[in-house]
Amino acid sequence: MLRLEKLVKTYRTGDQALKSVDLNVPKGQVVALIGPSGAGKSTLIRCINRLVEPTSGKVWLGDTELTHLGAGALRRERRRMGMIFQEYALVERLTVMENVLSGRLGYVGFWRSFARRFPQSDVDEAFRLLDRVGLLGMADKRADELSGGQRQRVGICRALIQNPALLLVDEPTASLDPKTSRQIMRLICELCAERGLAAIINIHDVALAQMFVARVIGLRFGAIEFDGAPEALTPDVLTRIYGEEDWQATIRKVDEDEAEASATAEAVA
Amino acid sequence: MTAASPELTARLGQPWKKPPLIRQAWLRIALSLGAVVYLAAAVSTVEVNWSRVYEGLDRGAAFILSFTRPDFLTRGSDIWEGLSESLIMTVAASVVGIAISIPIGLGAARNIAPLPVYLICRSIIALSRALQEVIVAILLVAIFGFGPLAGFLTLSFATIGFLSKLLAEDIEAMDRTQAEAIRATGAGWTQWINYGVQPQVMPRLIGLSMYRVDINFRESAILGLVGAGGIGATLNTAFDRYEFDTAAAVLLLIIGIVMFLEYLSGVVRARVQ
Repeated sequence: MLRLEKLVKTYRTGDQALKSVDLNVPKGQVVALIGPSGAGKSTLIRCINRLVEPTSGKVWLGDTELTHLGAGALRRERRRMGMIFQEYALVERLTVMENVLSGRLGYVGFWRSFARRFPQSDVDEAFRLLDRVGLLGMADKRADELSGGQRQRVGICRALIQNPALLLVDEPTASLDPKTSRQIMRLICELCAERGLAAIINIHDVALAQMFVARVIGLRFGAIEFDGAPEALTPDVLTRIYGEEDWQATIRKVDEDEAEASATAEAVA
Repeated sequence: MTAASPELTARLGQPWKKPPLIRQAWLRIALSLGAVVYLAAAVSTVEVNWSRVYEGLDRGAAFILSFTRPDFLTRGSDIWEGLSESLIMTVAASVVGIAISIPIGLGAARNIAPLPVYLICRSIIALSRALQEVIVAILLVAIFGFGPLAGFLTLSFATIGFLSKLLAEDIEAMDRTQAEAIRATGAGWTQWINYGVQPQVMPRLIGLSMYRVDINFRESAILGLVGAGGIGATLNTAFDRYEFDTAAAVLLLIIGIVMFLEYLSGVVRARVQ
């Protein structure tokens, strides 16, 4: 579904953010991308939808190669890639509904979007999505009135209303508390499963990644250092990705977290 | 805790002071002394003719005293005519100026405009800002003759330099990720501006526009002095005839209107935040 071939990004400052990354993500697979700050996680995600222009290499989304596309064709392909941001990146002075509907901008003409007269099917879908994430009552609130967790849910709706084939998720939980972080990760993974979406999730929290995803990729200095199941993340592997540190606590925490999470789930149920 | 390092031991018990801006003590003292000497020398070169000041005090007093008995009526129709001309000039110039400023402001923001467009728009802004209103007005009065048309064109031109520059700076300071998120949805350029950029800069644009209306009204009083119509022309005539009471009435009206505009812009800005 998504295939990266020898993707390289060298910034103008000379920093090599990505050194020939090859990656294949099949349809419906949720991948966590971990690695230290500056390893190139954000750059990798942004090179896929070309918010950052890759220096060389190829990006295949289905049968379309993205790196050569002109402006118009790129906009059409961007519709198939929903993006969820660190710090939410909602347009703060727009209403929740406008933020969600902005996910349809690639499908409607300028004057329609300017007048905020979106097709009824888009409006219905927006309400359905808001209801799904529990924010139906907030539709006419301004985005900056919401809490962090609520904002990220709006961000998720904005990405999903694009009807994408792939989700690019950049540090979705970086500014959220631990409980909300889990809820957001769970929501993203559930929605991906419901809709058969592939997703790449940049994430700092290794334990959180292990709880939710089927495949983990470790990036170090712009190269893939590890690619495998979350269970295979041993202290040795983490040392290879992040450098020397005592990893026992991080890994043990996973087991406890899972026990606690299931306990919470039972208590809720 | 391990034993304190030698570096720490040397610091403990010592007072801490903020490092000075200029490290060399002699340079610091020389610069301060130099500044004081220059200031004293500069002030001493300004010549004051005290006997002239003494004579002038009477005239000044007459002018200030006339504020206690402003005359709105003798030249009432002139004042009214000048005032309505100024207001028309202000509103028309503000509307036209703001409308032209927005595209130029977009073009002058480096983060959204390509380099050639950026350079052209910045040049227009630089030109408009380099030419002071009074100079532009003198030129336009020479071209279009006396009257409010020259004033209207002058104020429109001046508004472009002011508003485009500040709008462009606000766009350059906007939150990049919000705009990036809109771009990632596949939005076109105009949609991107409308959804990603406009909401971020709108309150400031409205605030600046209100402020510019205020400035344009005050400027319209100055422009009358060089023949570009408006209340300034009335004021100028009053001064020429030594009718200080009429001049006082005009000035009071200008102060009143500026204060009203100030109040209005405060209300508007509070509402659009």
